[in-house]
Order: sequence, then C-alpha cells, then structure tokens
Amino acid sequence: MEMENQQPFQIDLGNLMAFNPHHQYPSLSSSREDLVSECLQKGAELAQFIANDLFNLPSTEDRDGPLVRLPPPSTRLPREKPLPKPKPPTKWELFAKKRGIKNRKKDKIVYDDQTGSWKRRHGYDRANDEENIPIIEAKMTDEPGVDPFAARRANKKNRVEKQERNQLQNLKQAAKVGALPSHVQLAATALPITGTQAAPKKITKDELGNVAGMAATSTASGGKFDKKLAGEKPAKHQGKYRKFLPVVEGTGIGSQEREQTEKVLNRLISKNSHEILNINKAVNMYNVKKEKKQRNQRGKSSSMSSNKLKPNKKLQKKPLKKGSSKNGKAK
Amino acid sequence: MLKVRTPKNGKVKRELEKRAPKLVETGKKTLILHGTKTSGVLNEVLTEIYHLKKESAVKYSRRNEGIKPFENGGDSSLEFFSLKTDCSIIVYGSHSKKRPDNLVIARTYDHHIYDLVEVGIENFKSMHSFTYDKKLSPRVGSKPFITFIGEGFENVEELKHLKEVLLDMFRGEVVENINLAGLDRVYVCTAISPNKVFLTHCALRMKKSGSVVPRMELVEVGPSMDLVVRRHRLPSDGLRKEAMKTAKDQAKKKEKNVSQDAIHGKIGRIYIPDQKVGDVALPDKSKGVKRERCEAKMKNRDNGPASKKQKEDSEKPKEDSE
Repeated sequence: MEMENQQPFQIDLGNLMAFNPHHQYPSLSSSREDLVSECLQKGAELAQFIANDLFNLPSTEDRDGPLVRLPPPSTRLPREKPLPKPKPPTKWELFAKKRGIKNRKKDKIVYDDQTGSWKRRHGYDRANDEENIPIIEAKMTDEPGVDPFAARRANKKNRVEKQERNQLQNLKQAAKVGALPSHVQLAATALPITGTQAAPKKITKDELGNVAGMAATSTASGGKFDKKLAGEKPAKHQGKYRKFLPVVEGTGIGSQEREQTEKVLNRLISKNSHEILNINKAVNMYNVKKEKKQRNQRGKSSSMSSNKLKPNKKLQKKPLKKGSSKNGKAK
Repeated sequence: MLKVRTPKNGKVKRELEKRAPKLVETGKKTLILHGTKTSGVLNEVLTEIYHLKKESAVKYSRRNEGIKPFENGGDSSLEFFSLKTDCSIIVYGSHSKKRPDNLVIARTYDHHIYDLVEVGIENFKSMHSFTYDKKLSPRVGSKPFITFIGEGFENVEELKHLKEVLLDMFRGEVVENINLAGLDRVYVCTAISPNKVFLTHCALRMKKSGSVVPRMELVEVGPSMDLVVRRHRLPSDGLRKEAMKTAKDQAKKKEKNVSQDAIHGKIGRIYIPDQKVGDVALPDKSKGVKRERCEAKMKNRDNGPASKKQKEDSEKPKEDSE
C-alpha cells in the first residue's frame, strides 16, 4: 500500500480498492438518509481517487474501449489451495542425470525398410513394425518346438508390463510427496499380503457405525463415562445378536433345548417310516381323481350328441357335480 | 497392489484439472447456504449476494441442519460442502432468537476452515426497492471498485478482519488487463460505529470532466445493509503463514519466432499456409450470371471508398523493426 501526503488514502490498484482511514464515525443522531448520502459522497470521492490513478496508466486502444494493464494487487490475501508441489524426478531421469544422458529429438518420420517408403515412427501403420513381419527366418540356435510368433508376442507383453510397473513406481514416489498429477488416482486393487485378485470389500457406513459402537461400549462402564468426541453419534446396535438356550436341563427354557433337538431327530428318523403317510387323505385323493376321469369322458359324449349348445352343457353339469361330490363324501 | 486410475473422458479430466492447486489462482468461488431456520430478510440477503456474485457462486436451496461454524466439530459439513463444490468462501445464513438474521462468512484453505466472521443484518434494503435508470445497472461479473471508509477498519480488530473478508469476497478474479469502459460498480463499506458497517452496492456513472479522468458519480442500486459484527475467529499464525505463500516469479516463457538482429533489430517470423491455388474454384463466366453494368456501379457506390478496406487488410507485416 502506498501512502501519499497530499491524499491521505490507501490504494490497492490491483484490486481496485481504496481505503480512507481518516474518517471519523458519523454521529448516531443523524437520520438514515443523511448517513447514506454522506457515505455515497465519501465513496464517490474514493472512487474518483482510484480512477485518477487508473485512467493515467498507459492504455492501449481496443475495439471495446481502452485497455489498461493493472499492477499486481498489494493487499495480501490467503490462497485458496496450497501451492502445487514440484514433481519428483523419475528413476530414469535420475539415472540419465547421473550418466549425463541427454534427450535427443527423434524424427517423426522414419524410413521403412520393408516397404521402402517413409512412414511415421509411432502409431498406426508405423515404420519397422515388429508385428508386421510375416515370416521369421529360423536360425541355427533356435530350439525346435518353440513358436517364434508366440515368443514375439510374449516378449512384447513383458516389455509393456515392465513399463507399467516402472510407471507405477514413479507415480508412487510422486504420491509420497503429494505431487501426483491432478487427474491420476492410485487405487488399491487387492490386499498386498495375500495377493488375491478380488478387490477388497468396501466397508459400508452401517458396518463402520456398528464397529465404532462396539468399540465405544467395550469399557468397564459400557461407555457411559467416556468422553464423547466432537460429532460422535450414539452407538448403533446395542445388545446381543444371538441367543443360546441353556444346555443344562430344567423347567421352562431349560426343557426347550431338549424339545428342539428331539424335533429334529424325529424328523430324521421318521423320514423312511410309513407313519408319515396319511392313508385317509390318500384314498380321498384317489377317489376324486377317478371321478374326474369319468366325468370327463361323459362330458365328451354329451357334447357330441347335443350340437354344441353351451347352455345345455352347463345345465347338465350342475346336477352331475353335486351328485359326484355327495358320492365322494359317502365313500 | 495399486492401480492407476485416470478419468475415462476429457470432460472429467478438465474438471479435475480445474480443481487442482494452481500456482496462480483464478478467483475464489462462493457457496451460499441456508441454516435450519432463516428469516425472510436473510433469504433475500442470500439470494442477492448470489446475484452479485452470479458467475462465481453456488447456491444451495435446501436447509442444512447441524452446522455450527464456531463450535468444535460443527464445521465438518461446511468443509465437506467446500470440497464438493470447490468453493472457498462460504456464506451461511441462520436465524435464531439469540442471534437474529445471522450471517457467517467463512473462508477455507485447502478445504479446511481458515477464518470466520459472524455478522448480523440490519436495515436491509433489497435491490428491488431502489429506482434508478436501468441503463446504469452493472453487468454480471464486472470488476468492482471497493471502497472502505472509516478509521474503524484500521483500529478495531474485528472490522479489520471484516474488511479483509469483504475484499476477498467481492473483488472477483485478479486480472492483468482491464477495460476502462467496463467499470460499472462500486461497493461502499463505511464503519458507522466500532462494531457496525454500512455496506451498499452502487452503480458507477462516468461523466465528462474535460480531462482524461472522468468524474465519478455513484447511484445506489442496492442491496444495502448494516452489518453488525458478532463473533469472529482469526486463523492461527501457522495456518496464515502457510496460506499467504505466493508463487515465486516464474521463468519467462520462451519467446518463439522472434529474434534479434544487429542491423534489422527485432525480427519476427510468421507462417503463412500454402495458398492452394489449384483448389480455387474458377469464376463462373456463363452469360446468365453476369451483372449488368449499371447494377455493378450502384453497388460500388454503396460500398464507399475502397481505400479503407485496404487498410484493414494490410495488417500482416512480415518484419517490423524497432
């Protein structure tokens, strides 16, 4: 902030801000309108003061009006986020520096020996593409029974995997100092100890709450006299989850255990005995089935005789049904 | 094992890059929040602050329970909202018997609360209650003048703090170049008493004064209100020091295609793409398409002198020496 003797105002041209530190508090007795008009007048004075400096800056004429280059703001205000950290050098960069290896620019276009033409170095239809060689000549050193094409593919795969591992290692180093690129995340895929392929199960909010509740109540007082943390909620799922019946025999609940086991045992034993067969019910079912069969046959013959008259059919059926049911019961 | 996860499309990547920490920051966004209870006045205040900061603000319309910025642990949801919306100034309104029409302005650093100022709203006048020439009304997102009047802003601790917060909230983006024709608004903050600040928003009317500098006139366009300072919390010294860090001057970007020469001075090299003369369509010379002579003459007269056009075209000098 600069202070001038003639104009006792502080000014920050970068923020277009001016400050008049010499104005006394206005008297409270004055009316609201007076107060507002006084403030506006003082404000205009300050705005004029900013404008004096602003309009005297060197300007360039633009189609929309004069453009002025503002000085950087002089009032120090806090940042929104911390300064970005510099990226640590990769393992290769360290090695190259040690050995004094310098990066050279490579041409984008290379001569392709196979086709005898100039092609791009990388990407689709690239020069000297390993994959494009259709015939691999056998050498004396070759072992019989080894597919050279498969070996080539495996070799390529290994190289890609190695590069990925190196990249991950470098990113891990960067993550350690907090200089991971903004769009990259390192996510855990599996537990490091077991090395299983399945991703670890995410712990849900409820489960976490349950565990926290258990931990909070596992003190001598059941968590009653513990200090509560800020924002801590009461424990969920207090109490028991499973109940076990007493093993010792007695009355009431004591005998329940025996009953339960007996029930299971009985079912198992009686699986092959014929007592589970209800003969009465079986006979009934058999009778009903038989009658239905007969009825169906009769119905077919009647429909043949009466020329497709539906109401007739119904009339015939009703008494038949009643009779059959009575018969069934009688049996 | 770790896996590298990168965004699947460009939109997400760009959004993440926007949120990443930057060497030179581009303006703070404001988040506007309602508490459990808000009065009618406060609702209006919040919407009008939102209107003032329209293009760099997010407004939540629902009520939020359990936010107590000054209490321990009561600011966790503020920090969460800050992270979610990428805002670093939070304006939170709440109304209670003890603190009627309460407005808390919080700033965050790295999505953690940096400092807090609590003010009460009094004598609020909405922007609808002002009558003025609509031509004067400020444009959305224009850079404002900010003026502070009164010794209180220097002597009283609370007002000094409030001044910084108000400046941070209203100043908008830090810019290098500004168009003088686009200046159209002023915030006037006056310390009325040791704990009261009168804040009003004015339009700027520039009048000819005979010199380079026009005469400034303020027209009140609202909103205007009194801010009664209640509680405030300053950042700890360590945090303040951390947050005040600025980027060292960056190395100048390499200037391409410009070279110096002892005789010619500064020499620029420009690239002109191939003209592709072979691809140009030949003029259609069939008889029916030809213009009449008098018609062509009329057109030429309407277009005016041809000399002006030539001036615009001759804007690409291959070399300019100094």
